[in-house]
Amino acid sequence: MLGFINALPGAVSQGLIWGIMAIGVYLTYKILDVADLTVDGSICTGGAVFVVLFTGGVPMPLAMLAAFGIGLLAGLVTGLLHTFCGIPAILAGILTQLGLYSVNMAIMGMKATVAINVTNPDLLDQLLVSLRFVQDVAKGTRPFWRHPIFVVGLFTVVVIAALYWFFGTELGASLRATGSNQNMARAQGINTSFTTVLGLMLSNGMVALSGALLAQYTSASEINMGRGAIVIGLAAVIIGEVLFGKVFRNFSLKLLAVSIGAIIYYIVLQAVLALGLNPNYLKLLSAVIVAIFLSVPYWKGKYFGKSLKKGAGSHA
Amino acid sequence: MLEVQDIYKTFNPGTVNEKRALNGVSVTLNDGDFVTVIGGNGAGKSTLLNAIAGVWPVDRGAILIDGQNVTRLPEHKRAKFIGRVFQDPMMGTAASMQIEENLALAARRGESRTLRAGITKAERETYRELLKILDLGLEDRLTSKVGLLSGGQRQALTLLMATLKKPKLLLLDEHTAALDPKTAAKVLDTTEKIVQRDRLTTLMITHNMRDAIAHGNRLIMMYEGRVAIDVSGEEKRKLTVEDLLAKFGQVSGSDEANDKLLLS
Repeated sequence: MLGFINALPGAVSQGLIWGIMAIGVYLTYKILDVADLTVDGSICTGGAVFVVLFTGGVPMPLAMLAAFGIGLLAGLVTGLLHTFCGIPAILAGILTQLGLYSVNMAIMGMKATVAINVTNPDLLDQLLVSLRFVQDVAKGTRPFWRHPIFVVGLFTVVVIAALYWFFGTELGASLRATGSNQNMARAQGINTSFTTVLGLMLSNGMVALSGALLAQYTSASEINMGRGAIVIGLAAVIIGEVLFGKVFRNFSLKLLAVSIGAIIYYIVLQAVLALGLNPNYLKLLSAVIVAIFLSVPYWKGKYFGKSLKKGAGSHA
Repeated sequence: MLEVQDIYKTFNPGTVNEKRALNGVSVTLNDGDFVTVIGGNGAGKSTLLNAIAGVWPVDRGAILIDGQNVTRLPEHKRAKFIGRVFQDPMMGTAASMQIEENLALAARRGESRTLRAGITKAERETYRELLKILDLGLEDRLTSKVGLLSGGQRQALTLLMATLKKPKLLLLDEHTAALDPKTAAKVLDTTEKIVQRDRLTTLMITHNMRDAIAHGNRLIMMYEGRVAIDVSGEEKRKLTVEDLLAKFGQVSGSDEANDKLLLS
């Protein structure tokens, strides 16, 4: 029990970082109505680019920006495969994800792991977040505002604010319209191919950014860090929706719910680990949880049909 | 305003499902024409509208709107000229977005979408006024999700959206067919009101011969992917259902088709 409580700040921090990725997943899965599997690859690409640049002497903010940029690029590839080449979105995402494995290896110089040397205090100080900061703040050797919960929390607020603004603009609204009804969008003169690609880019940009944060937090980028990421993202989206869907109506609150969903997911994971589950079963557990939550609305609709109104509330 | 020049369209060519939907359609609409289109199932009415709207490219022929050749323009670019209302009430609006957001999207039809605000305060007031013409009480529900509206309300809203930014051409694809008779009459009434007010060049498909006769200044009947009958002016005004049936009998060369047409 004590171990679980001690692990809580770490779990919340990690949940917040994955929450950024989950918000990216929300953009495609909920707003654009596309299941994008690029995520599993692009999160690692973001981490890899960050670590390689950062350890190569590039300042942290620039390396973060580069990670975001590479994510945009990954989304662009999936987007073009989908719209320009007519490949179904799921398959387009799988293809990009597969290709990214090689790309990620190449970025990391054909090594499965590239670490940031956090024993060097100067290097450590430059990082935005680190697992070590959790311990340092607890020991009192670092100010509270360097705590990952505080830093990533603030980061999340900024991201949500930016997305809230964007989806209120003409361009953002056209993206939402595309996800809601492509026929309508085209009839209103919206180039749905363009908006779909844009949405995929934005989403993967967020995912890569989350990868960069994750790599800092664990002080390494690792080729398998993204395996199952899409499932974690979906879990966060669904947990957030199930718990807060009725209360959070505003768009920014819905994004917040996703972030909280990710935190809850990580707390639950910690709890399960504290109960003595072999960590190797975590992926199976995640898959089962998401499968259950995804099937609930279906069964509800099938057997309690009246409570579900077609077309209402099925999207963001 | 609209020139359709000898267009052809065959679906699934070379397969067992091959369907020659448009077989050399030519029709020209003058500025302010309100043309009703009738015809049996598979006559090519909806196909003609979709060809004009650019849902897919035609096999042959040309389409000109206001003198500009749009044959090669994709759907979203033609939207600049065209307002559309579909048969399916679900198709014309974004269910997960608010009434005012849907209107704001329609107000920007044909314009490039930038990072300016998606909807402004001034717009909201305009929409509140405009929604009154529908007489459905929607002016008090600007922020309601469109998914909560009934089929009739959604269709009326789609009509308003299609005409919010005055289109060069209004395409109505059996837009009252999925509604109950009372709602259908109301939507049709609103259609007439808006078309008259803005003097819109309109192409309206209907399966109801009486509606086709009662509305517009010109009537077209399609048969086997072609325009079979084209009546306008004085002749259109005096037209009766019996006249129409007789004319159709001449075109199709049989009396059985009459029942098919009436029932469809």
